Amino acid sequence: MTQTEFLNIVLPFKDKVFRLAKRLLVSREEAEDATQEVLLKLWNNKLKIAEYKNLEAFSMTMTKNYCFDKLKSKQAQNLKIVHSNYEEKHTPLQKQVEFNDSVSWVAKIIAELPEQQKMIIQLRDIEDYDFDEISKMLDMSNTAVRVALSRARKTIREKLTNTHNYGVR
Amino acid sequence: MVLDNIEKLLEKYENGETSLKEEQQLKHYFTQGTVAPHLEMYKPMFEYFLVNKQERFTKDVPLKTKRNFNYKWISVAAVAVLMLGFYFGTSIYGSDLGTYEDPQLAFNEFSKSMEMISEKFNTGASTVSYLNEVNKGTSTLGYLNEIENATSIIFKN
Repeated sequence: MTQTEFLNIVLPFKDKVFRLAKRLLVSREEAEDATQEVLLKLWNNKLKIAEYKNLEAFSMTMTKNYCFDKLKSKQAQNLKIVHSNYEEKHTPLQKQVEFNDSVSWVAKIIAELPEQQKMIIQLRDIEDYDFDEISKMLDMSNTAVRVALSRARKTIREKLTNTHNYGVR
Repeated sequence: MVLDNIEKLLEKYENGETSLKEEQQLKHYFTQGTVAPHLEMYKPMFEYFLVNKQERFTKDVPLKTKRNFNYKWISVAAVAVLMLGFYFGTSIYGSDLGTYEDPQLAFNEFSKSMEMISEKFNTGASTVSYLNEVNKGTSTLGYLNEIENATSIIFKN
């Protein structure tokens, strides 16, 4: 398999891998590293790529596992004080301050969700995967995905309603 | 009514029961222009989803192609070198050794060289004659067998 062939296979979902990694790892640099790592792993196993039934789902699972490993090792190293997660600088929405505020508020709310709910919101509401795919990627049952999704959505809505009503930040 | 429909969809949405198509409808409603005042808090959420989808992975991935060197070519090269060696080697040494025209002279020269060979061979063989001493030595070691006999007798009883 040549590089261009590989890139053509990978191209449709590399952004999704990146966004999932970023959702979990927060910082852009970390997410880029994770994506790179995942793609390199795929490249090194390129002879087996034809064997995978659903390469995209497989890659997403790989990304999830890689990010969990990263998070775990970070916790073990006690790096929390250092805060290796960097703030994103280039948000393309700096025109409207208020709008920017409420949208970044959503980002904050999602960041506070448990990892699993974070991933499900990412996969469902941002990447538009169907429930079967998500349950395959995360190795969960279909109903468990639905329940977690419903909880996450309700939490987001509640917190948004609160901020909307009281302007509490 | 559209708003009615949207409210129903939102309820389904929160219970995680909407299909992807219905979610598209919701996203469309909340990201396109006016939203009913009592539903405005949903707007940033769907905006956020939409914006987040635009994010791209821009870093290059260094894909290394492993050049798996083919060892077949080494053997091919070796054979080629050997062939060349044979070709040039025979052309240098095989061509001008010269020859004798007169059979008598040739015979004389031949016997002379054979004589020389046998002479040298004999001197070589004579220096090896001391190897016989070793044989003598081993024959004297025969009495070791006596010890073996004795031990066999001891262990038998």
